[in-house]
Amino acid sequence: MNAVSQLDQVKTGPWNGGRSPWSVEYGKIMMWFFLLSDAFTFSSLLIYYGAQRFSKLTWPAPDKVFQSIPGVMEHGAPLVFVGIMTFILIMSSVTMVLAVEAGHRRSKKEVIGWMIATIIGGFMFLGCQAIEWTHLHHDGFWWGHIPSAEELKHFFNKPEDVSLIAAQQFANLFFTITGFHGFHVFSGVIINIIILIMTINGTFEKRGHYLMVEKVGLYWHFVDLVWVFVFTFFYLV
Amino acid sequence: MSEHSHTTEGHGHDEHAGLSKGKIWKVFGILLLITVIEFIIALILIPKGYMTQHIGNYVYIVLTLLKAFYIVAYFMHLKYEKLGLQLSLTVSFIFIIYFIVLMLTEGGFLNLHMLHH
Repeated sequence: MNAVSQLDQVKTGPWNGGRSPWSVEYGKIMMWFFLLSDAFTFSSLLIYYGAQRFSKLTWPAPDKVFQSIPGVMEHGAPLVFVGIMTFILIMSSVTMVLAVEAGHRRSKKEVIGWMIATIIGGFMFLGCQAIEWTHLHHDGFWWGHIPSAEELKHFFNKPEDVSLIAAQQFANLFFTITGFHGFHVFSGVIINIIILIMTINGTFEKRGHYLMVEKVGLYWHFVDLVWVFVFTFFYLV
Repeated sequence: MSEHSHTTEGHGHDEHAGLSKGKIWKVFGILLLITVIEFIIALILIPKGYMTQHIGNYVYIVLTLLKAFYIVAYFMHLKYEKLGLQLSLTVSFIFIIYFIVLMLTEGGFLNLHMLHH
């Protein structure tokens, strides 16, 4: 009798079923695992970039390639424009957390306000990136295209450093990696707009929680996270 | 990113426990400060010769990982999740560390090869 009843006993351990062992909602766990896989993709791209840089004797100098503030000054302001872009993205990450925080208090009005701010931040970043790409394209860099060997002297630390292969690898990888990141920002903005419309329609108010805002928030912070690495490895190192 | 593993499981944070506005702005301040330090290194310390580019690169990477920690731990709320979730999301990066070592060794070898031929 005793043995049978032991079998029938309801187990209460966290992994014995009946409740969520991580007490995280299913969709949120799936978002985390998607982001993990996405982190692997970005890592692969950045590691390939690192391997290329390690293998080349010289590489275009970031201070020389990125030294203009479009519309303000053409030369002599290294990193300033990308600094503005970084600030915009970190700022939009903050407005996203504030939207999540407002969601916890189920304050529909505040969620709407912070989501709009986040979307504006996303568009501002995309606009800056479009300007950055256009500028580099005007300099002669593109997938499969680099400036002439003579012009390339302006982009390396010393004129004798000029390497056509390194310049081409730089151009291809810059546009591929920032492009892939920009595509993520673009998707993030679209998703944020969808969530904003759902919030305005009162979908989450009726549902009783703003978990969807948290889930897109995770995605948005991830985009910011990737930018932190892109910024370091393309612009600083 | 193994810093997360030190956080406690037993605090009983329910899923709706969030960051206070004060904490959010504090983390923002830290992220901004780290970025400003990176700019000081890139625009002043290295050009004026107070720091070599080689040392600077290591400092940049450390500062970047620190920024990543603050974004993941606070903005993405991972610090307040259960240990199991934290581990499954961070320990996986052992493969990335392996991949970095593998590919950079390979790149370094190609560099040597080009120097000598």
